[in-house]
Amino acid sequence: MKTNIACFSVGLLFAIGLCLSGMAQPAKIIGFLDISGNWDPTLLFTMGGAFSVHAVTYRIIRKRKRPLLSPNWHIPVSRAINPRLIFGSMIFGVGWGLGGYCPTPTVVSFASLESRPLVVFISLIFGMILYKLSIRNHGFKRNA
Amino acid sequence: MPKEWLLGIAGGSLIGIAVSLMLLWNGRVVGISGVMNGVLNPIPGDTSWRLSLLSGLIMGGILMKFTAPSFLEVKFHSETHIGILAGVLVGFGSLMGGGCTSGHGVCGVSRLSLRSWIATAVFSGSGMVSVWLLRSTGMFV
Repeated sequence: MKTNIACFSVGLLFAIGLCLSGMAQPAKIIGFLDISGNWDPTLLFTMGGAFSVHAVTYRIIRKRKRPLLSPNWHIPVSRAINPRLIFGSMIFGVGWGLGGYCPTPTVVSFASLESRPLVVFISLIFGMILYKLSIRNHGFKRNA
Repeated sequence: MPKEWLLGIAGGSLIGIAVSLMLLWNGRVVGISGVMNGVLNPIPGDTSWRLSLLSGLIMGGILMKFTAPSFLEVKFHSETHIGILAGVLVGFGSLMGGGCTSGHGVCGVSRLSLRSWIATAVFSGSGMVSVWLLRSTGMFV
């Protein structure tokens, strides 16, 4: 229960930060990616804000033996720089530019009651299922 | 400094605090594509925290909708069929690349993970190219 409340609070805070920064609006994302147009650097300031906080807190928090509510850490261990990382990120970026949405803002934007974020969200789930099917069929090992 | 830039720094710092709390409390990174993937392929005992996190995101959106709805403005630059293609690519690519803007872009970059720095550079670059392509083919609305 404590874990669920903690995760809920994290989501709440994350969503508010995302909205305040403007990054829930596809127009702001496109403003950043549109270097040939009227370039909008706000995303850089947002990333900079998050980085300047978390780069410091990460080091402090990881000095602990364990997190407060869990017996162990669950930090991704993969350090692999392989074609899957490169091509996957490339495909992700193309979609990000075409729609102006990455996964988080589609969920936060449910509240807008507009159809576009919902359409992108449903397509996104479909894309994930498609990826699952493709690795199943090709027998690639899953990257945990 | 323009107001949007300051709001960007403020909002970004809040995001930084949120992911720090996740690490401190649960020892996890906040990677929303991975969280969604875990809901799609549920493992007993590993799903409720994901749903709680997603509910928090939705509730945050609702809160903004009632207090400052302009922050949720949906003004898009591409037609619906492009939006659908976009979603599919985002879903496919984020699983294949092992993360999205939150997991790689915020958490991984702050952790100084080379893998995440590379992923973030690659998706920012390909995003710029895809917006440029939309523009140059006249599909930018």
